[in-house]
Amino acid sequence: MIYDTSTLAIIIFFAFVAFTLGLSFYLGGKAKSSAGYFAAHGQIPWFVNGVAFAGDYLSAASFLGICGMIAFYGYDGFLYSIGFLAGWIVALFVIAEPMKRLGKFTFADALDAKFDSRGVKLAAGVSTLAVSIFYLIPQMVGAGVLVQPLLGFPHWVGVVIVGSVVILIVVTAGMVSTTWVQFLKGSLLVIFSTVLVVMLLARGFDVTEGGNDGYAFKTLTTTQADDSLTVEGYQVVPLSGDWADSKFVQLSAEGSDDVVVFSKEKTDDGQVVLHEAQTVTITEAGEKLVNGKPQSKENDLHPIGHVSKLPGDKKKSGPVGLLSFFSTLQNSEVVLWGNQKLTNEDGTSTTVYFQKPTAGSRVLRPGEHPKFAGIRSDKFSDKLNFLSLMLALFCGTASLPHILIRYYTVKDGASARKSTIVGIASIGFFYVLTLYMGLGAMTSGAMDVTNSNMAAPLLAKSMENWLFAVISAIAFTTVLGTVSGLILASAGAVAHDLAGVFLKEKLNDAALVRVAKISSVIVGVIAIVLGILFEKMNVGFLVGWAFSVAASANLPSLVMLLFWKKTTKQGITVAILVGMVTSLAWILLSGDTFKAVYGIDPATSPVPFDQPGIVTIPLGFFTLWAVSLMTQPKEEQLIA
Amino acid sequence: MQSRNARIGLKLFCVYLLLYGGFVGINSFSPATMEKTPFAGVNLAIWYGMLLIIGAFVLALVYGVVCDPHDEQPKEEGGADQ
Repeated sequence: MIYDTSTLAIIIFFAFVAFTLGLSFYLGGKAKSSAGYFAAHGQIPWFVNGVAFAGDYLSAASFLGICGMIAFYGYDGFLYSIGFLAGWIVALFVIAEPMKRLGKFTFADALDAKFDSRGVKLAAGVSTLAVSIFYLIPQMVGAGVLVQPLLGFPHWVGVVIVGSVVILIVVTAGMVSTTWVQFLKGSLLVIFSTVLVVMLLARGFDVTEGGNDGYAFKTLTTTQADDSLTVEGYQVVPLSGDWADSKFVQLSAEGSDDVVVFSKEKTDDGQVVLHEAQTVTITEAGEKLVNGKPQSKENDLHPIGHVSKLPGDKKKSGPVGLLSFFSTLQNSEVVLWGNQKLTNEDGTSTTVYFQKPTAGSRVLRPGEHPKFAGIRSDKFSDKLNFLSLMLALFCGTASLPHILIRYYTVKDGASARKSTIVGIASIGFFYVLTLYMGLGAMTSGAMDVTNSNMAAPLLAKSMENWLFAVISAIAFTTVLGTVSGLILASAGAVAHDLAGVFLKEKLNDAALVRVAKISSVIVGVIAIVLGILFEKMNVGFLVGWAFSVAASANLPSLVMLLFWKKTTKQGITVAILVGMVTSLAWILLSGDTFKAVYGIDPATSPVPFDQPGIVTIPLGFFTLWAVSLMTQPKEEQLIA
Repeated sequence: MQSRNARIGLKLFCVYLLLYGGFVGINSFSPATMEKTPFAGVNLAIWYGMLLIIGAFVLALVYGVVCDPHDEQPKEEGGADQ
C-alpha cells in the first residue's frame, strides 16, 4: 500500500487546521472596517508581508505540481520554478511601489486612480474574478489530492473540506488573519522543505529493482524472431484489438493462471528486453482491477521511482552534497514511468503503466515532458509554444490580483519594496529546493504511479511518517492560504469594483464588508464545484493557464498606465477585455483543452499552439495603444 | 518624469530581462547546449536556472540598497495624463 492512513498523520493534520482556524477567529476581531477587512489597515510589518507573499504565492502548483512534474519527467518542472520566480522581478522593479501609491483596496483601484471610470472598474473587476477562479481550480484539485491519501476520504470530500474551511476563514476574518496564516504557512513550508532536502542529501541514492515496498519489478531478456516471441518459463498470451498493435505483451508463468503485462524494449544488439508493467482496469460494474485482480490492501499498485544504475556500478552513493547530488544523477540511470490507455475486447479500458529506464543526463535536460518536447522539434510553432509559456510566467506574477492586493497591507512604497525583496528571497530559496525534492521523489521508490501531484508528500513519507504528516499538513495549509487570498481578492473585486458599477448609491463601510462576505461564499462554492470537475488535471499545468490570462488581461494596462502618458480610460477598459477574452478563448480552443477537458482529438484544434501569451499579451498592449490614440481628449478638455 | 527609484528599477529589470531572455532563447533554439556540463559535472541547464533564481535575489538586494527611501513619486506624476 502506498497510502496507509496513520493516526499520527491525522492528529498532526487536524492540529494544523485547528490552529489555523483559531488564529483566524482570534484575528478576525481586528478587521471590522473595510480598511481592516480588505487591507489589514495597511499596518502589516514589511517582513511579515514579505513572507506572506511567499505564503500566497507558493501554492499547490508550486509545491505539489512542480515537484510532481520534476519527479515524473525531470528538469522540465524546474522551468516553471524559474518562470514563476522571474515574474517577481517585474513585480519588484516595475509594479510594487506604484501599486502601493495608486491603489487602496483592489487592483482596479490602481488602474482607476486617475480616471474614476465605471468601465475601468467593471473590466478590472471581471478580470480579477476570471483570473482568481482560474487560479482557484488547481488549488482545489490539490486539496482533494492531499486529503485522499492522508485521511482516506474521496477526492470530492477533500475539496469540500478545503472550500468550507476557507470560506469560514475569509468570512470571519479578512486580510489580517489571511496575512498571518500566509506568514505561518510560508515559513513552515520553507523550513520543512529544507529539512526534507537535508535528509535527502544525507540519504543519497541506492540502486534497487523497484519501490520501497520491497517488490522487485521483473526484467526478462528474450529474442524475437519475426512476430513470434519466446520467453523461457512463460507462456505468451495471444493478443487482439488495441493490445495487438501495442508495445505490450502479456505473459503467464508456467503452472500459473496469473497474467503479467510487460513492455517491450529493443536494444541496440537486437535483443528484446521485457520490463514488467502495472495495469489498472475499470470493469463494466465499476470494479477496479489492479494487475488483473480486484484491488485490495494485498493487491494494489506498487510504489515506483528507483535508480537502476549508479556511476561506477556502485549500489549505494552514500551522502551527497548540493552539487554531487546532480553530478551523481547525471551519470546514473533512473526508471521513469509512462502510461498508455488501451481498449479491451469487452469495451472496458485498461491503463498500462510501464517502465522507461532513462539516462540521468536526459532526466536533467529540458524537453523531456510532452509539454516541453517542442523545444527539440523542427516546427517553429512548437518552439513558440514554449516561448509563449515562459513569457506568460514572466509577465503573469505581477498581474495576479491576490498578489497585487498584498501591496495595500503595508504602510508605504518603501515597505512594499522591502516586502517584495523578502518575498523573492523566500520564494527563490524554495524554488531551488523544488529541484532537489522533485528529483529526490523520482528516486525515492515511494511515488504513486497514478498521481504526480503527491510526489513531495510521498518523498517525505519515504523518510519518516511524522514528516509525511507535517509536510501534508503544510501542503494543506498551503492550499488554505492561497485559496483564502484568492477568495479575498475576488470578494474585493465584487464589493468595491462591480458593486460600484451596478449600484446607484455608494455602499457604506459595513455594507461593503457584508457584500464581500456574501461574494466569498459564492466564489468559494464555485471553486468547490470546479475543483471536483477538474480532478484529474496536473495542478502546475492549470496554473500556467491562470498566468496567461492574468498577463494578457492585466499587465498591459498596469505597465502602460505607469509609463505612457497618453493612456486613456477607454484604452485600459478595452485592453483588459480583449486580453482576457482572447486568452480565455485561445485556452478553450487549444489542443491541450481538446484532449484533457473535452476528450477530442487535439489535432482538430484551430489554434496553432497551446499557450496564448505570446499572441495575447502583445495584443493587449497593441489594443491599449490603438484605442488610447483614438480616444485622446480634445485640447480644450486638457486645458480645462 | 519617472522617479529615481523607478529609473533604477527599469535598468535592473533590463539586466534581468537579458539573462532570462538568454535562458529561454538557448532552450528554444539550441537545447543541446543546455546538456553540456561546464563545471563540477553539473549541466548548463541547472547552472543557468540556479543563476536566474539567485540572480533575481541579488538584483533585488541591489535595488533595495540603492533605492532612496524618501523618493516617493507624487500621485499626480503617474504615467497617464487624464
